[in-house]
Amino acid sequence: MNIVVAIKHIPSIADDLPVKGNNVDFDSVDFVLNEWDEHSIEQAVLIKESVGGTVTVIGVDLIGELDNALHLALAKGADKVVKITADDPAADSHMQAKWLSEAIKGMGANMVFAGVQASNDLDGQIGPMIAAYLDMPYIGGVSSVEANGDSATVNKEFAGGAGAKYAVSMPFVAGVQSAPKPPRYAPVSKVRQMAQSATVEKVAPSGDADVRERPLRILKMAPPVVTGHAEMIEGSSKEVAAKIVELLKSKGLA
Amino acid sequence: MSNDILVITEHMDGKFSDVSFEMVGKAKELASALGGQAVAVVVGGGVSSNVFASDSTIHIDDAALSNFNPEAYGKVIEALVKEKSPKVVMFGWTVTGMDVAAWLSARTGAPLAAYAKDVRVEGGSLVVSSQAYGGKLMAEVAPEGDMAIVACLAGSFPVEAGQGSTAGTTMASPVDAGSLKVKFVEAIKPAGGDVDITAQAKLVSIGRGIGGKENVELAEELAKALGATVSASRPVVDAGWLPRTRQVGKSGLKVKPKLYLMLGISGAPEHLEGMKSAELIIAVNTDKKAPIFNVAHYGATADLFEVAEAMLELL
Repeated sequence: MNIVVAIKHIPSIADDLPVKGNNVDFDSVDFVLNEWDEHSIEQAVLIKESVGGTVTVIGVDLIGELDNALHLALAKGADKVVKITADDPAADSHMQAKWLSEAIKGMGANMVFAGVQASNDLDGQIGPMIAAYLDMPYIGGVSSVEANGDSATVNKEFAGGAGAKYAVSMPFVAGVQSAPKPPRYAPVSKVRQMAQSATVEKVAPSGDADVRERPLRILKMAPPVVTGHAEMIEGSSKEVAAKIVELLKSKGLA
Repeated sequence: MSNDILVITEHMDGKFSDVSFEMVGKAKELASALGGQAVAVVVGGGVSSNVFASDSTIHIDDAALSNFNPEAYGKVIEALVKEKSPKVVMFGWTVTGMDVAAWLSARTGAPLAAYAKDVRVEGGSLVVSSQAYGGKLMAEVAPEGDMAIVACLAGSFPVEAGQGSTAGTTMASPVDAGSLKVKFVEAIKPAGGDVDITAQAKLVSIGRGIGGKENVELAEELAKALGATVSASRPVVDAGWLPRTRQVGKSGLKVKPKLYLMLGISGAPEHLEGMKSAELIIAVNTDKKAPIFNVAHYGATADLFEVAEAMLELL
């Protein structure tokens, strides 16, 4: 089984996101792996462990710092890692999906996984776009994939624990919501070992001319205009706790 | 090319989701500004389509499409878009709309504005306000070209404006169900046996800030002391710390308790969809800029463990 996992390196939302011009000030933010990508890597490695095969993890290197995420993927069980050397932190999902599709095209993938979404998917997620560019079917919101020969049994989640089971012919693209098991932990020593010994294949970005023609133009980006704000409870943790308990008692909720 | 707005509605078990009506209402407003029609599109059988206030309704009434199938829905909508050449195609940014909107964008070359909170016409052009980066930023975007795709967050517009009784025009499906590579096998019902969080008056809801499975017990103790039940945001459930039945939000359950006490939840748009109607929302989070503080009634920038332990001593 040949599984390709397309990942996204995105600005971390754990910290403030300063704005410069009409976009995020990419020079002053940390880039991290999209959290859903950890699930798609896990899902790919689980399938490899179950039926055999290879897992290739590929991402667009936007700021020259993707190697860490790729070494981590190797430490978790990926066999091969590839980076597309774009060096364009503002590249949107369409651009990235196009570059990824061009690179994935010749890989002979049976399945392509991507995170179901990312917090910077202003112009949509890369998974469905890769499917469209590669002329493969797409299914998102996926919570498990089991390979059976040349097709797979795929569970898709709807709301509230409901979902549906689908039979999908390979090759296809799946947007992974969660792996059947929590993403595994890779010891730092193993990641370091990969950093020293592994080869990251480099690919130049290509094929984006047509997606540049009709962009989603960003006019402005700013923190949301706050229409309401919580009444903030100040003080030490003990004081906060006392005030919350008092509030709940006054409303008959404690 | 027309100035029409196609609204891709969503239904499950014979019932349309609120976001379908919300979008139809918004589409009417846009259509009148653009000089086109608001067209509700219903894909699939087993549902009565004359429930919208749209100018017209197209019903691709095919039993083979009754269950959501991303490949089939994508092909049906692509064919319809080719035939109608609309100015705007609206999807819900939902578990089903998300499967098709970006695919259609890549197939047609039309730009997509996702996470849309508002859509308006300015000087004849479409401007979309979208949430970005988990709600930390808002973006004003302009989709360029002949056609735009907009994927709207649920709860962004009023439901009532889209409710009506326009009779649908039935159309045959252009897709041969036998040729599909994605086949619906069966529905998966929610796992029973757990407490129903939608029926609880009080919820203590935990997020990523809880840090690990071993800390869930603290939330459970606090919930017990308050006569509440523990619920969670998606990362907690994905990590396997609580079962899927406890998840609040877009891919989880919608709750409306009297008390929603949030510990370590930042308030991503997906979570807000599931709880913003709670009567009293109290949020404890270490990040003073967490988006949840724009929604909660009361908030505290504090360590959730210290606050929970101190509350337990007082209860």
